[in-house]
Amino acid sequence: MSPLLLVAVAAAGGIGAAARFVVDGLVKDRLGSAYPWGTTAINVSGSFALGLVTGLALQAVVAPEWKAVLGTGLLGGYTTFSTASVETVRLLAAGRRGAAVANGLGMLVACVGVASLGLWLGSLA
Amino acid sequence: MTGAARPRAPHLRPSLIALVALGGALGTAARVGVTLVVPSWGAFDTAIFAINVVGAFVLGVLLERLLRSGPDEGGRRRLRLLVGTGVLGGFTTYSSLATETAALAGAGGGDLAVAALYGLLSLVLGVLAAAAGIRVGARLAGRAS
Repeated sequence: MSPLLLVAVAAAGGIGAAARFVVDGLVKDRLGSAYPWGTTAINVSGSFALGLVTGLALQAVVAPEWKAVLGTGLLGGYTTFSTASVETVRLLAAGRRGAAVANGLGMLVACVGVASLGLWLGSLA
Repeated sequence: MTGAARPRAPHLRPSLIALVALGGALGTAARVGVTLVVPSWGAFDTAIFAINVVGAFVLGVLLERLLRSGPDEGGRRRLRLLVGTGVLGGFTTYSSLATETAALAGAGGGDLAVAALYGLLSLVLGVLAAAAGIRVGARLAGRAS
């Protein structure tokens, strides 16, 4: 990766992280913080978008450089694994097993599902 | 709203959003660096797997340490947003995990066993790492007080 592309990918990751911060806050304003709906919405939407970008890149509709900036940078910075893991542990610690399973296994299944959908839609291009 | 002195929510304050963006850029650059250095183990993306598990551990340490050292405001809040939400949030990623698992499980060049291993191992080790990080953070806070 060229130094210029690395800078672009990092900057896009910064924008993605900032978007995550704002979206998470807005979702918490509306739905409260009893269940981590913010991280769920972010990871599901970001996984769909990355599936789509990856599918389009496989069809050569999206150039490799743009895939790096949008996928590795923007969507990589937008979605997060660390927060989701900590939130699952918090739910377990609160004795909310069902919510913890939903936030762990449920989120994984949902994200893989929408990423598959995105990949498929991208492959139609 | 009538109270003019009422502070804006953190996620609507430009200075704090910029702090998260700065951390996110650093975390993303670090993630790219690791993926360039750590080779994949066959179809198993070792780099993203390791990044996610290590990031979950460190976030657990950081958040618990901060939680036990006082209210989430001022310097503590800025540190949480820069390093936790920004650096570690940008370092770890869920979309790569989901898309790679989906690609591995998909028809054609599918490898369902590796997909299940990658997805479920990430999930379980991520939760265990975060739990271990929270215990370490609690200890560090206890030692400091």
